[in-house]
Amino acid sequence: MNVAQKLSLNKFVVDEGNPHIVIHPEKMDAETIKALTVVCPAGLYTLDEKGTLAFEFAGCLECGTCRVATAHKPGAMEWNHPRPSFGVQYRWG
Amino acid sequence: MADYDAIVVGAGLSGSTAAYCMAKAGLSVLVIERGEAVGSKNVTGGRLYSHSLEKIFPGFADSAPVERKIVKERISMMTAESCFTVEFASDRLKNPASASYSVMRANFDPWLAAKAEEAGCDVVCPAVADDLLRDGDKIIGIRAGEDELTSDVVLLADGVNSLLGQKAGMKEELSPHQVAVGCKEIVELPKGAINERFGLNDGEGVAHLFAGTPSNALVGGGFLYTNKDTVSIGLVMTVGGLTTSSLRLPDLMEAFRESAPVKPLLAGGTVVEYAAHLVPEGGLRMIPTLSRDNVLLLGDAAGFCLNLAYTVRGMDYAIASGQLAAETVIEAREKNDFSNAVLSGYVSRLEKSYVLKDMKTHKHAPAFIEHTKRLYKAYPELAANVLADIFTVSGPSRLIIRKTLPKIFKAGPFGLLMDGLKGSRAL
Ligand SMILES: Cc1cc2nc3c(=O)[nH]c(=O)nc-3n(C[C@H](O)[C@H](O)[C@H](O)COP(=O)(O)OP(=O)(O)OC[C@H]3O[C@@H](n4cnc5c(N)ncnc54)[C@H](O)[C@@H]3O)c2cc1C
Ligand code: SF4
Repeated sequence: MNVAQKLSLNKFVVDEGNPHIVIHPEKMDAETIKALTVVCPAGLYTLDEKGTLAFEFAGCLECGTCRVATAHKPGAMEWNHPRPSFGVQYRWG
Repeated sequence: MADYDAIVVGAGLSGSTAAYCMAKAGLSVLVIERGEAVGSKNVTGGRLYSHSLEKIFPGFADSAPVERKIVKERISMMTAESCFTVEFASDRLKNPASASYSVMRANFDPWLAAKAEEAGCDVVCPAVADDLLRDGDKIIGIRAGEDELTSDVVLLADGVNSLLGQKAGMKEELSPHQVAVGCKEIVELPKGAINERFGLNDGEGVAHLFAGTPSNALVGGGFLYTNKDTVSIGLVMTVGGLTTSSLRLPDLMEAFRESAPVKPLLAGGTVVEYAAHLVPEGGLRMIPTLSRDNVLLLGDAAGFCLNLAYTVRGMDYAIASGQLAAETVIEAREKNDFSNAVLSGYVSRLEKSYVLKDMKTHKHAPAFIEHTKRLYKAYPELAANVLADIFTVSGPSRLIIRKTLPKIFKAGPFGLLMDGLKGSRAL
């Protein structure tokens, strides 16, 4: 079972057009970008063929790991909680 | 005049406990929670050591939505081809004073918040506290969207990410070495199948931790807890080490669930949820400023969590810190003084209680766990090699000592001794 299949089991309410995490890859170095693709439990950070970092906020488990992993790079991302009623809704937790 | 005596941010275990205790003493309390329902943003392993909640609600486990009473502890050391498991089952684990229960936070947290509500608190959710309200330097409440709400004191029980703790200038951004990321699957299995596979009676559960291959030699490990009719299975990995991993966390998780010791335990089960959350594990050194004029930090927001490799504790500390914060605020209300002169009594109370005493007792644990890399590869391999020699028979036999000594010498007896000594002073 891959992570996309696992995420499809969760209840999410996506705040379309209003991401709670905004990334600024130009403020990151290659090492930090690589780390993001590894540490996110939901696998939401990916590299395209050109090596550009892509991020999909739908499916975010709101753990905060990406924020911590980029904390040493000021301005690398703005990380916030989703607005009320949006984001993941754990039924077990 | 402020809208409330106290505003609590976060209806997790620390927040709801504090809210309940303050309301019981007649204070006016608002709890604000960002989840659609209380508990819907929360994740634990996990098992709740009951002692701290038992003091507030004696016998709570009879009516609260706990899953199973943990009566069996297992620790496994895994290598690619072997698994060495120690199991401890005892009636002593059932003793009410030290019992522990598996819990699911989406069920458990609403129960506790309902107690706070019954005691007279206003619980508002979903609402996100976006910022603190200030009058000059003084913190006078919170802002949630368009709403401004005022109180004499704000209790930040907003969990490990505590964005408000940072905004209050009480804590720094977390470092990757102070936190682990936990990811977890909930696997549905019939109650009877859980009882049979794990050798349990109805209502009884097992806590099982795994070291070695699950973390792929990095700092971390696996866990499994049995619930009523689900099993919680996951990994906890220190973020600092994980950033250097060659494998992605979701792939480590998948490999763990598919590994030989785990797969048959979950066979035929259905994964119903996938969750993740940070775990504070920096210990004493990550404890932030706990009190200032008009503000207190509680639970995970204050870093009150211990990862000792053989157990994780945060929930019992969260509850205890909630109770001590409430006692402090009740005193401040009586004296009508919410400055740090009275609120710093929270820190003294924590120092006298096991919350900060435990953090001090285990002050070397975070460094030991992060720097003793042999725990995650060399030692599981040593255990597996020694046992493989003892239990594999293919002809002539040798004395056990002759089989094992060379392996121990190869692993480095001095390092083993030193790690043993350091570990005994840290864990
Ligand atoms: C994988 C894993 C395994 C663990 N295993 C165990 C275990 O076996 N035993 C154990 O004792 N501990 C364990 N822990 C630790 C334990 O879960 C935590 O220590 C405990 O949940 C902390 O409780 P809390 O009330 O302080 O914080 P939380 O439970 O995180 O509560 C914080 C609350 O604040 C809300 N919130 C946050 N920000 C805002 C805001 N701005 N506005 C409104 N609401 C907000 C959140 O939605 C949440 O409800 C584990 C943790 C993890 C992640
Ligand atoms: S908060 Fe967690 S799940 Fe969400 S993007 Fe960051 S690392 Fe991934």
